[in-house]
Amino acid sequence: MKYTMRYLSLLAVLGGSMLWGQGSISGQVKMVGSGPPLRAIKMDADPVCSAAHTKPVYPETVTVAEDGSLANVIISITAGLEGQTFATPTAVVVLDQSGCQYLPHVWGVMAGQTLEIRNSDATMHNIHSQSKVNRAFNIAMPKVIKKKNQVFKKAEAPFKIKCDVHPWMVTWGAVFDHPFFAVTDAAGGYSLENVPAGTYTVQAWHESSKRLPAQTQTVTVTDGAAAGLDFTFTPVRRRK
Amino acid sequence: MTNNRPLHLFANVTAVTTLGLIFAGALVTSTGSGLSVPDWPNTYGRFMFAFPWSDMVGGIIFEHSHRMIASVVGLLTAVLAVWIWRSDARAWVRWLGWAALAAVIVQGVLGGLTVLFLLPTPISVLHGALAQTFFLIAITLAYVTSREFFQTGRIPVSGGAHHRLRRWAWAALGLVYLQLLIGAVMRHTGSGLAFTDFPLTGGALWPSFGPAAMEQVNWAHWQLGLAEATRGQMMIHFLHRLTALAASIAIVGLALNLWRNPEIDRRLKMMGAVSVVLLLVQISLGAATVLTLRQYLITSGHVWNGAALLGWSYLLVLRLLRHYALEPAPARLQVLAPEGVPAA
Ligand code: HEM
Ligand code: HEM
Repeated sequence: MKYTMRYLSLLAVLGGSMLWGQGSISGQVKMVGSGPPLRAIKMDADPVCSAAHTKPVYPETVTVAEDGSLANVIISITAGLEGQTFATPTAVVVLDQSGCQYLPHVWGVMAGQTLEIRNSDATMHNIHSQSKVNRAFNIAMPKVIKKKNQVFKKAEAPFKIKCDVHPWMVTWGAVFDHPFFAVTDAAGGYSLENVPAGTYTVQAWHESSKRLPAQTQTVTVTDGAAAGLDFTFTPVRRRK
Repeated sequence: MTNNRPLHLFANVTAVTTLGLIFAGALVTSTGSGLSVPDWPNTYGRFMFAFPWSDMVGGIIFEHSHRMIASVVGLLTAVLAVWIWRSDARAWVRWLGWAALAAVIVQGVLGGLTVLFLLPTPISVLHGALAQTFFLIAITLAYVTSREFFQTGRIPVSGGAHHRLRRWAWAALGLVYLQLLIGAVMRHTGSGLAFTDFPLTGGALWPSFGPAAMEQVNWAHWQLGLAEATRGQMMIHFLHRLTALAASIAIVGLALNLWRNPEIDRRLKMMGAVSVVLLLVQISLGAATVLTLRQYLITSGHVWNGAALLGWSYLLVLRLLRHYALEPAPARLQVLAPEGVPAA
């Protein structure tokens, strides 16, 4: 969220959109019911990892707060921007490997924007991207290498990136051809700023895409106004 | 002609080391560490044997040590091939020595390709299957250089029993090999936990692959935090269980036929009995793999014991073929031999 906000604000100047004015879309994402039970991650396979934590660490597969707020949901505009092009932000998106976890767990970049992959750990990592539209890759991140830049050239639906040295390390990224996307924070909140006035389809995507399938809603943005758009996920159970 | 004992010993060492390597390889797959070292033939940019021990952490422990042990096996095989070529008079054995070397090289390259192409399923399956096929070649080299192989006299077994034994033996070997192939496909398509119950499968003796039954299985998976399975994954998993049943029947059938046949010597009877023990261990480990949700040592143990069972069944076939001959044809048939003189 913090990262998203930072570079979204850098995008205040958006070509033709100034002519028609712009507004924002924000809201909250909740989940009804609970996700799978989470078992604390065992990190003893790498002493550097276990030494980095004093408290147990849990997987972030379904990060839902007591009040149902659902974090790590990617909110993005999926229709309504056709024909428009947007400048690629110059700010980098940071994906850190810290305490043998990915920070953040879910992120988005714009096609062509730099993803700065950091290794804040005094240990080895590999970054294995299971992207399909953009070529899959697996790069080494020995402990002496602290930073590597990666650029995804084409828009792509969320895909997994993992570390095979530490199999519990998983992160999800998505690549967009526009800058109107955000990831919900721990309170389930998000906001898309500087959206050109217009009517849009907005999608909410969660990594448990089978049980919490992506949803879309339509929203109209008018000049200078803040449109509210909330989503609620309920695990689907298909009955006959 | 007698056997070359040091050569035979060396061939044995190669085969046994290969079995050890299969466990090391199985650990790589079971822990999902296959890509923890992104480069090949180097390791994190260093020459493999210069990679520091202190950097061997997490998945690298499994992947890197697997590569090192594989190099040892490669070296043993090269020495074995050259040794056989220089000291064994039989052309087909020399040829087999080179075939073993070729197989280990292809295996190593396949291993490298899995790394460079990010574990494409067909290459991983091939690497898993060729590993055990190479193990069989190593066993062949050990057997054809053994003293037993050079013993001349063959033990006659009466016609019907002879054919029956051979048929059971081939069935057992063939089914265990097939089971290896199905197991490898299951493993590399992530189908190992498509069902998480045993001995029932999806709560039934014969699971339904309809939408309702699949949903029931997958809902349980979601609640356990497991990946959800497709119909294809469920089918390959169930097929592995069916083939296990067929292989079990063949192995037990073979063991019984050996045990009951008075013309078979004790050693082979014992081999049959041991294969039943290996089978029981294999099924228990298979069940435990599922019930522990793929605890990596148990899962690797299942792959490993599977290789042992395959090797054992194979050796049994080799001995049966080499050592037991069809009883000489009855006398009245000999009358028909062109220049034959009736025996009596
Ligand atoms: C003598 C040669 C080798 C033998 C007998 C061998 C054997 C094996 C075995 C039995 C497995 C487990 C397969 C399974 O569970 O299905 C395995 C996995 C693996 N081996 Fe090898 N291996 C050899 C050489 C190599 C080499 C040189 C590399 C080089 C990088 C390599 C890389 C791998 C990888 C990455 C896996 C994991 C595959 C996966 O998870 O899909 N192997 N090997
Ligand atoms: C004759 C009996 C059996 C034999 C010879 C056998 C052999 C094998 C082999 C060789 C593999 C691994 C193949 C490879 O990748 O190299 C495998 C995988 C597997 N087997 Fe079996 N198996 C037998 C019975 C069973 C039974 C009864 C079960 C119980 C459900 C079972 C469950 C599994 C599972 C779950 C895997 C995949 C493990 C994973 O996902 O990593 N097997 N089997």
